[in-house]
Amino acid sequence: MGANRDALQRYSFAVISHLLLVLAWYLFVELGHVPKFVMPSPSETLQALLVPNYRWPENIAVTSVEIFGGYVLAVVIGIALALVFTWSRWLEMATMPLLVSLNMIPKVALGPLIIVWFKYGIGPNIMMAFAICFFPIVLTTARGLREVEPDLLDLVRTLRGSRWQLFTKIQFPGALPYIFSGMKVAAILAVAGAIVGEFLGSDRGLGYLMLQVQVTLDTAAMFMAVILITLIGSVLYLLVLGLERLLVVRDARLQ
Amino acid sequence: MTTAATFIHLAGVRKVYRTRGAEFLAVSEATFDVEGGELVALVGPSGCGKTTLLKILAGLHSYESGVVRIGSASQPFDPARDIGMVFQQPLLLKWRRILDNVLLPAEILGLPLAQSRERARELLALVGLRGSEDKFPYELSGGMQQRAAIARALIHDPKLILMDEPFGALDAMTREKMNLELLQIWEKAKKTIVFVTHGITEAVFLGTRVIVLTAGPARMADNFHVDLPHPRSLDMKTSEAFGEYTRRVYRLLGMD
Repeated sequence: MGANRDALQRYSFAVISHLLLVLAWYLFVELGHVPKFVMPSPSETLQALLVPNYRWPENIAVTSVEIFGGYVLAVVIGIALALVFTWSRWLEMATMPLLVSLNMIPKVALGPLIIVWFKYGIGPNIMMAFAICFFPIVLTTARGLREVEPDLLDLVRTLRGSRWQLFTKIQFPGALPYIFSGMKVAAILAVAGAIVGEFLGSDRGLGYLMLQVQVTLDTAAMFMAVILITLIGSVLYLLVLGLERLLVVRDARLQ
Repeated sequence: MTTAATFIHLAGVRKVYRTRGAEFLAVSEATFDVEGGELVALVGPSGCGKTTLLKILAGLHSYESGVVRIGSASQPFDPARDIGMVFQQPLLLKWRRILDNVLLPAEILGLPLAQSRERARELLALVGLRGSEDKFPYELSGGMQQRAAIARALIHDPKLILMDEPFGALDAMTREKMNLELLQIWEKAKKTIVFVTHGITEAVFLGTRVIVLTAGPARMADNFHVDLPHPRSLDMKTSEAFGEYTRRVYRLLGMD
């Protein structure tokens, strides 16, 4: 009961603060007589959705595919690679320092190269999103898999447990909180990756649309695009959060 | 000295750690026998080799020389199935419920699960955790978690329980309570227990035998039988005989 009321209170405050932000935005624009091309009001922003030329549904779909595609690819390959590391110390010693160095590359800087190599379109943008969110996943997963209590290792050894038993019963479930913390960071990065990809070269998507309407100074449409991109990112983040709640016991979650 | 009842026989065990060219003598001339069903307390300061000795008994450490023999004709010993371990930290798996935590060794050994589940419930009742089977570790206090760890060490019915400062992380009052409960568990479960501690009163209170180890250099300093009746009670700690035993250990460790 107490916990429920606490949660209800927290949610109410969250909703109220968001509504207050919209209200402040509205009052700022109305009372300050801010020109529409500098900052549109909330209602003007919503009205941008009514312009059929902007093909919102298609652009939303394209950007979503890029974000989710790059993200899922990074999760699958990142975790798989980290798993390979735990089985081969040799491979880890050779590859891990390389990954750490490659991680230092600002992935955004690869954009023009990706366009040279793969042209522009959904595929290269998926690749951009992948490149930017792959590293946190592989690095945190590898770290999580390494963090096994030495005493637990001893416990398994006294029972002559196999490497596989150690992995399935202790190592992998123990690494899940780390995997999810990497996945949460990556979820936010994936959005940035896809949008930067669209900025650099594309013919569809919300990032592409923003560049188009920038020319005509339709700031309301740009605002709407930013809001929609944020919403797509939020949906992805919430999905990951929900999956974490399902798979990781509360106490084990990394904050 | 070795008799039919001898369960653990150690003679002249010596262990040296080598790190970056330097040698560190962790255990030297460890010689003692433990009868089946005894509760032996290994007591000494940090660096006296008591944990190393425990790991040698567990088969986790090699040793340079000496003899380690566990088991007897009446109590054959299978190193894969007859060791239960309890550490300073409970080390329960956070994502498993208490009952499933207790079952871990049974799963690793491939024991029949339905029977093990039944046994896990009995053991949880034995350690005073009836009703906590479906809780997660974080819902239990440190003392309760350590009881679950003791149940886990007993699940596969091992003949030897090795405990490495199991109550060292608990507060003083919980620790005394756990001492009493460990004695009850030991009397009911009829196991041989080797208990490592740096608590001198704890060693004398729990042990049927106390083995004193000193550090720098690591050496076995004493090995005596504690002639206090069972079941033991906390008021024995104020008795003359108890005081004699603890003074004996304090003197050996240069703390008198």
